[in-house]
Amino acid sequence: MKERILSGYDNFVLPFMIGMVFLCIYLLIGLIRILKHIPGPDRKKLALSFINPRIIYKDCRDILCDCLLHVKIFKRKALLGYMHASIAFGWFMIIVIGHIEVALYTPQRNGLIYYPVFFRYFTMENNHTLRGAFFFFLMDFFLLVILSGIALAMYKRVRSIALGMRRTTKPSLADRIGLYCLWAIFPLRLLAESFTAGISGGSFLTKPMNFLFANFLSNDYHILPTWWAYSTVLGTFLLVMPFTRYMHIPTEAFLILLRNAGLKVTRPRKGFAEAEIYACSSCGICLDACPMNMQKKNLKYSSVYFIRFLRRHNTRKINEIADKCLMCGKCVALCPVGVESCAIKRAQRSTVTDGLYYDYSYLKTLSPVPANPADVSETMTDKPVLYYAGCMTHLTPGISKAMKEIFRAAEIPYRFLDENGGICCGRPLMLAGKEKAARELVRKNTELIRAAGCDTLVLSCPICFKVFREEYDLQGITILHHTQYIENLIRKGKLKLNATSRSYVYHDPCELGRGAKVYEEPRRILERMGRLVKAEKEKEESICCGGSLGSLTLNYEDRIKITRGSLKALTYNHPDNIITACPLCLKTFAAQSPVKVMDIAQAVTENLEAIREPAASGTEKTQFGN
Amino acid sequence: MADFGYSLTPSSRIDLNKADRETFGKLVKLEPDVLKCMACGSCTASCTAGVYTRTSIRSAILYLQNGREKEALEFIKGCMLCGKCTIVCPRAINTRQLVLSICKIYNLK
Ligand code: SF4
Ligand code: SF4
Ligand code: SF4
Ligand code: SF4
Repeated sequence: MKERILSGYDNFVLPFMIGMVFLCIYLLIGLIRILKHIPGPDRKKLALSFINPRIIYKDCRDILCDCLLHVKIFKRKALLGYMHASIAFGWFMIIVIGHIEVALYTPQRNGLIYYPVFFRYFTMENNHTLRGAFFFFLMDFFLLVILSGIALAMYKRVRSIALGMRRTTKPSLADRIGLYCLWAIFPLRLLAESFTAGISGGSFLTKPMNFLFANFLSNDYHILPTWWAYSTVLGTFLLVMPFTRYMHIPTEAFLILLRNAGLKVTRPRKGFAEAEIYACSSCGICLDACPMNMQKKNLKYSSVYFIRFLRRHNTRKINEIADKCLMCGKCVALCPVGVESCAIKRAQRSTVTDGLYYDYSYLKTLSPVPANPADVSETMTDKPVLYYAGCMTHLTPGISKAMKEIFRAAEIPYRFLDENGGICCGRPLMLAGKEKAARELVRKNTELIRAAGCDTLVLSCPICFKVFREEYDLQGITILHHTQYIENLIRKGKLKLNATSRSYVYHDPCELGRGAKVYEEPRRILERMGRLVKAEKEKEESICCGGSLGSLTLNYEDRIKITRGSLKALTYNHPDNIITACPLCLKTFAAQSPVKVMDIAQAVTENLEAIREPAASGTEKTQFGN
Repeated sequence: MADFGYSLTPSSRIDLNKADRETFGKLVKLEPDVLKCMACGSCTASCTAGVYTRTSIRSAILYLQNGREKEALEFIKGCMLCGKCTIVCPRAINTRQLVLSICKIYNLK
């Protein structure tokens, strides 16, 4: 390998250089802006993360797996994953190998940004070409990988379902320009390198093309124009990149650094949130994920468009979408980039609602529950647990009744914190953006719980469960959802269940599943009582019941459609019963469901082995009969 | 005056000419469903805050319709947005959002 162009420069590199310099300046300014808006303590956290070996390792692993190999997409849809990975990883490898080539064969050109990009133009082969053949092969190989990815991407535009996507995003004008440039870059590179392969050498792809062209085209005349075309398209791509979705390429890596440093969204548009916004690749995976999209008219409320409007500072649309979202978290769970759109939406709601009037002065007058456990007898040896039903459970008293019966059957003394009315846990306020008001409730509830003096807190509502675990300071108190608690009792042998031949399907409530990652306990309980069948979409992909408190403005008709869709997915395998673990899901489903819906606590009481004389409450019909 | 052990209830006559219908119009534009309320009181009966306070969506809507914003405010200021009232409302009114909208439009401080 030796240099062919002695000056090491040709005018055709100019378009590329202009694009590259512009992009670098733009990225630098963006970086400073984001850092400026990150709160002081967070900035310190970020700085510290760069000297923490564990975080550095995590950074490297995440960048490799998420940005280059797209492992998350692979796991869901292999072909789609291949499409993303081939382009990202292939391109990365071409850049790396390009630099290695320069370092090995023309070390005097090290540091020239354009040199590795146009390496084949500036060099020619000599007697030692074989030494370069290995790299030629790699370069051609990765070029082929990228080209296959581009071919898939083109095919996806025509028939997205082939790659496992029902719906794709509508690209904006800038996105379209970027897209066509991206499609053109690599075929042009192939052409340019093929025309030059006679001089600079090539491998299994470029060499045969060179021979082929030579038969009917004069290769030499085509060398310069194709390199110009390649450089121009590449330069254009870099130039428009800041205004397109392809900003995710540099931003995603930066976001991983911020996230691994432990940063959180504090403001809807600035700092960390800005990094998230630019890291969205508009892949459209959140379109199929969103339960609102059971109706086509609601596509416009998807996270991808929320992010797009944030980029464009369209406040009216931003608010409209932020208020509509059910906060079910499915788009966040499935997002390959991990854009926390729900956190951004919450922060956005806060800008509107946090200052609104409220008056909770009555909280001062609220007194703690009586000190005596509600139900104790001499035979009970366990320490009393504290049971908090929550607002929603009071609408579905069947659940708290079932819980009481379970406590009795297991001979556990308990105190019922809000039997005669309590206050809300505060999460609905937080979801609505009223952080300040929510804090007042958090403070009061903490006081009430501490005053009750139990070291286990059992909750029936996943909404409460999530907020108690995440936002309350209840150190020393074990916080359990009743699914976990009942499973504990069964494992310890305190509850015995009859095995039946009934088939159950379990609905993962958003806040318990995706929100708190409790997936297995309820399933283990159900397996003991009967046959557990699968729903069409489960666990991470479970569909919101439609009753979510997360949405502020979604209307009744739209909610019903979601409920029906969710029920359809649940009854996919024709179960006898639908079992859920959230009072809100129960209430929402019970009104629409073709099969009987029960809370898991109710199902457990139905199948309790009679270890004591049958009590009146055991035979009582629960409120949600059929 | 002699004490009869009871007194006359104060007049509840409302002068709609003096009431602020314009702001109510704005609310209706934002939350048209407010007109669907049939004053059944389900929301009030299920209200979490209602155990301790006078929180009542039903009354708030009635008072707003009658142009008595100050009193209406008394009925929603304790709301914790728990959402129970929305679930039970037979007219499918999004009462939870209504509370936020009232606060927004009447700009109550
Ligand atoms: S939010 Fe996530 S899933 Fe949705 S388009 Fe952006 S990157 Fe894709
Ligand atoms: S959180 Fe749920 S409802 Fe909201 S945009 Fe994401 S998937 Fe849709
Ligand atoms: S949302 Fe407000 S008004 Fe409605 S039930 Fe809850 S506390 Fe009462
Ligand atoms: S439940 Fe609905 S219809 Fe009944 S009073 Fe309340 S808001 Fe009006």
